[in-house]
Amino acid sequence: MSVMKRVSLIFRAKANKALDRMEDPRETLDYSYQQQVEMLTRVRRGVADVATSRKRVELQMNSLQKEVNRRDGQARDALSKGREDLARAALQNKAGLQGQLNDLQGQYASLQEQEEKLTLASQRLQSKVDAFRTRKETIKATYTAAEAQTRINEAFSGISEEMGDVGLAIQRAEDKTAQMQARAGAIDELLASGALEDHVSGPQDAIQAELDKLGAGNEIESELARMKGELSAGAPLQIESNGNKESSGSEATTKPESAETGQGADRPQAGEGS
Amino acid sequence: MIVRILGEGQFQVGDEAAAKLTTLDAELDAAVEKQDESAFRAALGAAVNLVRESGTSVPDDTFTTADYILPFSDATVAEVRKLLADGSIPGDSIGLP
Repeated sequence: MSVMKRVSLIFRAKANKALDRMEDPRETLDYSYQQQVEMLTRVRRGVADVATSRKRVELQMNSLQKEVNRRDGQARDALSKGREDLARAALQNKAGLQGQLNDLQGQYASLQEQEEKLTLASQRLQSKVDAFRTRKETIKATYTAAEAQTRINEAFSGISEEMGDVGLAIQRAEDKTAQMQARAGAIDELLASGALEDHVSGPQDAIQAELDKLGAGNEIESELARMKGELSAGAPLQIESNGNKESSGSEATTKPESAETGQGADRPQAGEGS
Repeated sequence: MIVRILGEGQFQVGDEAAAKLTTLDAELDAAVEKQDESAFRAALGAAVNLVRESGTSVPDDTFTTADYILPFSDATVAEVRKLLADGSIPGDSIGLP
């Protein structure tokens, strides 16, 4: 038998089972209405839960994006310092994080869709329940118990199908939210512990440490270069600041003495530097 | 004919669309049987679009049951198989004592 027909029969069977158990049909109208109102509360809570999950994923996406940007910056930094190996490590790290981020973006879209659908389902059920209340009062006021039977069956089956639909929608949303929370919890922990980086592709701190070292090294190199430049310019007063570097070469053998007389205060620094 | 799309409510569809739906339903059935996810997605997508586009929403104050019920538009084969197998709908207890 066809899928659509079988699903509709499942829904109908559910309503019929309930109808069979009715004694005074009119009393059951009130009871059913009460259940509908409870269902409305449930679906609204469902919407709120999905929204909470969505916001959590959003925060995580922001954190991950920051990490991705940081790795990108590290890669550029490393490359500008001629350290392709470090740049590669940073980019590998970034790729891993980007994968996580893409995954979260997919989940975010899915949660957003769930939220919208559930909101619509909640609005539809609200209208249906309002209409049911009106119908219920009309039936109670107008018909005897025997006459009411057909009208009640009609209203009851109709609302029952809607309730089943919404019930399934809530269940799906709950399942999705639960899955999402488990994953979000894991990512939160990883982000908090800083293990995400290690987990993704090796210790990012090692990259940063290396870059920092490089940064310091580069400063030393440029300082050195500047000093060499000054030295080769040959101005006597600038020489003592170069006294710490052996690189001064052959001409240094004569010049340090004149430097010593000039500015003795610089000598201790020079000694520390080398 | 009245068709419900789970999660989207009931629609009144004309004879022409109903005939097309019957064909799509056979495809859905075969896909569920063979657990062919992509064939299932294709048939479900076509059926859902057909109902959304050619059907008109049943008013809220109309209480009626659907002749056909389509799964959620993003349902999977596994989900439908489960629904068909155990036949239980959350809220079974709702409605009556």
